[in-house]
Amino acid sequence: MPVTDYHQEMAFFVDMQRCIGCHACEMACAECETNGQESMIHVNYVNRAESVQTTVQVCMHCEDPACANVCPADAIHKDEFGVVHSANTSRCIGCSNCVLACPFGVPKKMEEAELMMKCNMCYDRTSAGKKPMCATVCPSQALFYGTREEIERMRPDSVPVNSFKFGKEEVNTKVSIMMPKGTHQLIVG
Amino acid sequence: MNRLFRTLNKKALIKAIIAAVLVIALVLVGSRNLQNFDPALIAYLIGTIFAVFGIAYRYSIWLQRPPTRLYWRRSMQFLFSRHFIPYFLRSLRLFFRNIMFQRFLVYRGRRRWIGHFLLATGCMLAFAITIPLTFGWIHFILKPGDDTTYYAYLFGFEAGSFALGSTLAFIAFHGLVWCSVLVTVGAVIMMKRRFTNGGLIATQTFGNDWLPLILLIAISLTGLGISYDYTFLGGKTYQFMAVTHAITVILFLVWLPFGKFFHIFQRLAQLGANLYKKEGSRRGMAVCPHTKKEFAAQIHVDDLKKVTEKLGFNFGKEDGTSHLDLSPEGKRSALARAHFEARKESGHFFG
Ligand code: SF4
Ligand code: SF4
Repeated sequence: MPVTDYHQEMAFFVDMQRCIGCHACEMACAECETNGQESMIHVNYVNRAESVQTTVQVCMHCEDPACANVCPADAIHKDEFGVVHSANTSRCIGCSNCVLACPFGVPKKMEEAELMMKCNMCYDRTSAGKKPMCATVCPSQALFYGTREEIERMRPDSVPVNSFKFGKEEVNTKVSIMMPKGTHQLIVG
Repeated sequence: MNRLFRTLNKKALIKAIIAAVLVIALVLVGSRNLQNFDPALIAYLIGTIFAVFGIAYRYSIWLQRPPTRLYWRRSMQFLFSRHFIPYFLRSLRLFFRNIMFQRFLVYRGRRRWIGHFLLATGCMLAFAITIPLTFGWIHFILKPGDDTTYYAYLFGFEAGSFALGSTLAFIAFHGLVWCSVLVTVGAVIMMKRRFTNGGLIATQTFGNDWLPLILLIAISLTGLGISYDYTFLGGKTYQFMAVTHAITVILFLVWLPFGKFFHIFQRLAQLGANLYKKEGSRRGMAVCPHTKKEFAAQIHVDDLKKVTEKLGFNFGKEDGTSHLDLSPEGKRSALARAHFEARKESGHFFG
């Protein structure tokens, strides 16, 4: 069995405001060996009719993942590092419950393969002390993987926020997004 | 012990007991009151009864979870509707395609499918042979005065005969040998992936991924050992081969309800999920308020609202709509917009 060397002090910080829609992360994501050449990261226009704003979304690795809760096959598992893994291939029945329940719109259903796949923060890399593929290629640092001290030094006017409000539900996550100083929660609506 | 009983799930326990009793009844009836039961197979029978008990128990607990329960109820409701015939035929076709032949695995990788198909076919054939033998449903005899013909009895009725030494006899009596070969080849293909695929190497565990393959190979090799022994060694090592084989098979049976092998039974739910999707889209699709495109069956979105609520999530908004009304893309855009607004309010888009 491989030796796991997960660096708990490293964290993922996303700033979708910095996303320039270059799709470099998408190409890099397909290189991750845990997804078999399928890209799991999402880059999309926010509202193409109005603006060229794009957004990028990785799995936020929720503390109490909705995806795992709604899975009828018990196929989604959160490990001791807080990483919420892609569906267990032998269990997933391809029902898409997770796809529809994830408040961040993350899981993808591979229709023909009857399988859900999603970002597991490049577990093959992070479990060996390396950075996720997407964060290593993002030219605008919309995606950043490093220590809290590093990000605080780089973004003195922002704070990492890992609490969200969707409707009446508060969702706390392992991955943070960068918000203006003084913010504690992003209220999505 | 007391605690164990208190934590047992009563509903599941009752169902598991019924299932186990049913198996015993089937053995008694099928073997004509144990007349045709082979006592040498008693350990296998006990293992099988335990496995049935465990599987029924776990299945029943599994079905009590809100999302599983919903799928189960909906599948039954849709199957036994006025579309029974097309849905039944569809499920039957998918049963052969996806359960017997596991064709969906082709899309996960061709070699992976071949490996899994060989392994699964070997296992299924082996079960088809061993269960009727263990239950005493089938037995073979030589009739007095005729020692060249073997007679097969099914549930105590003569069902056929074949000449000793014929090709048919060779195929029939070596059925488990062929199964062992299929399982071994399949398991080796699956193992090779686990040595070479970086993603699998990072995420696999010994108990969940390696042990099942090792156990299947151990069952096959010890089974082949029995054949090897009576074909080439004249039964000299029979005791050893028979005992090691029994140990591996019983380990498999006892583990069946708990470990990776439980997926064999869970996989059937895929048929239900398919039916749900089919009937759901027939009834009408949900349109995302953001993208204005159809993205899922409306009934699926509505059912999920109920399921998430039962699980303690409340994505409902003040205005009566829900975050779950949005498609995945709509949700990502909603988050990006909220982020944009927060940045805008602070006076700096970056920082
Ligand atoms: S972001 Fe979505 S996919 Fe990721 S853990 Fe949370 S609910 Fe699951
Ligand atoms: S698609 Fe797979 S992982 Fe997702 S909820 Fe359904 S069974 Fe679970």
